[in-house]
Amino acid sequence: MDFLFNLVNGLSLGSIYAIIALGYTMVYGIAKMLNFAHGDVIMVGAYISFCAFQYWGLPPLPSVLAAMIFCTVLGVFIERLAYRPLRSATSLAVLITAIGMSYLLQNVALLIFKSDPKNYPGQIIDLPGLSLFGGQLKISGVTLLTIIANIVIMILLTLFINRTKLGKAMRCVSEDRGAAELMGISVNRTISVTFAIGSALAAIAGVLLCSAYPIFDPYTGSMPGIKAFTAAVFGGIGSIPGAMVGGLLLGVIEILGRAYISTQLADAIVFAVLIIVLLVKPSGLLGKQVREKV
Amino acid sequence: MSENTTRDQNLPLLKVNDLHVYYGAIHAVKGISLEVHEGEIVTLIGANGAGKSTTLNTIAGLLKPRQGSIVLGGVPVDGTGASKMVYKGLSLCPEGRRVFQHMTVRENLEMGAYSRPKEEIEASLADVFSRFPRLKEREKQIGGTLSGGEQQMLAMARALMSKPKLMMLDEPSMGLAPILVDQIFGIIQELHESGVTILLVEQNAQMALSVADRAYVLETGRISMSGNAADLLQNDDVQKAYLGN
Repeated sequence: MDFLFNLVNGLSLGSIYAIIALGYTMVYGIAKMLNFAHGDVIMVGAYISFCAFQYWGLPPLPSVLAAMIFCTVLGVFIERLAYRPLRSATSLAVLITAIGMSYLLQNVALLIFKSDPKNYPGQIIDLPGLSLFGGQLKISGVTLLTIIANIVIMILLTLFINRTKLGKAMRCVSEDRGAAELMGISVNRTISVTFAIGSALAAIAGVLLCSAYPIFDPYTGSMPGIKAFTAAVFGGIGSIPGAMVGGLLLGVIEILGRAYISTQLADAIVFAVLIIVLLVKPSGLLGKQVREKV
Repeated sequence: MSENTTRDQNLPLLKVNDLHVYYGAIHAVKGISLEVHEGEIVTLIGANGAGKSTTLNTIAGLLKPRQGSIVLGGVPVDGTGASKMVYKGLSLCPEGRRVFQHMTVRENLEMGAYSRPKEEIEASLADVFSRFPRLKEREKQIGGTLSGGEQQMLAMARALMSKPKLMMLDEPSMGLAPILVDQIFGIIQELHESGVTILLVEQNAQMALSVADRAYVLETGRISMSGNAADLLQNDDVQKAYLGN
């Protein structure tokens, strides 16, 4: 029963990683850049939903929506301001800018909210848990919601990418930017939409993360951000199902490692598995082998 | 196209004047001027690196000219980004085909019609499938799994899906077996007969001159000769330099 409990918790943590990893993987797939500020958007989402609920007196759902809207605007704004001017710059310059943007977000949050950790209100996601096997296995409402949210998001996103005109335009830009422009697709607009979707998802991840682990501060986004990036690489960066598989596996490995091997070594185990996977399959579990054409 | 009847028939559909394009410090196109009239096939021929593709890419808006003007249907279009050119009635079938490898044939064609209202797409698909029955058979196949010749057909069909006033083809015969080259040029001729205006860039000068109405010969970024395609085909200099006679 312990194992089942750990497994469910692993899936829940993994779902959070997967939702964050989507933002990394979509931006990487379409804008061909690693947006290391993505993790900090999670933190912003947590703070905005916290403020909306605690200080502005909004009910739970509107608080979450406020966080999503704010993060969407923030994500588009970051892309316009910091990344778009570097569209034709070297990838190293873009990477450094993204790291700088990450520190900027953390430090602005420090200035506004101070460094002392806050307690995330449990009422934002207040759902009844599930009690199985005559009370032997208890699953919290947050855990359930996280797993369901992840599945719903994956389905919606897959439908969006495969069925809608905008989603197809994203696939075109991802594959061949020049050819996409010849079709009449605006590359800048498509990249903006990608950032908007990724950042809205980051806000959701922030709410779910802080509901499960309620103590948060301005650095809250950075470790899950790095883990989710790892999950994206694990599953094959650029691939949406890859983000899902990578995130879930990472969460399960982390929780099981913590429960049965060593609490201190849990993160080390996660990254060791990543290294082994990349040694065997450099493009990640579901990544596409990209053959350079001559 | 019929709504353009008010336009002066002598006015060219495309007029490029004194175009200069640089790649950094390299002066790739050095003052090219050319015209394409409605219903014509005009070809640009020349050796590797003469500036043929650069000229097409600049007209399509993928490259920015440093100097010169591009006028399409009487409207200046230089400085219009590539993604807006297709809305102005120009489509480029790029060098190397650039078919979307992970999309099906049908999806590729639908993307070609990205600039057009949804309700017109079905009719255009039917039209394109009747011109390229092979693509109809392959409708659900993934672009990357098609043969080179089929990918070239798909790229041309995709360019047609935007219903362009002017279609530009960049090296459509590149890397194809001779029998497929004949087939591709057969299609170009059919397009011409059905009234599509074409600007064609080719290394295969023999084939290009045999289907074109007029031609420009490019040499190191400049136009060295121009005129009637049939005349150029007989021209001694052209024969020596490009036709290997």
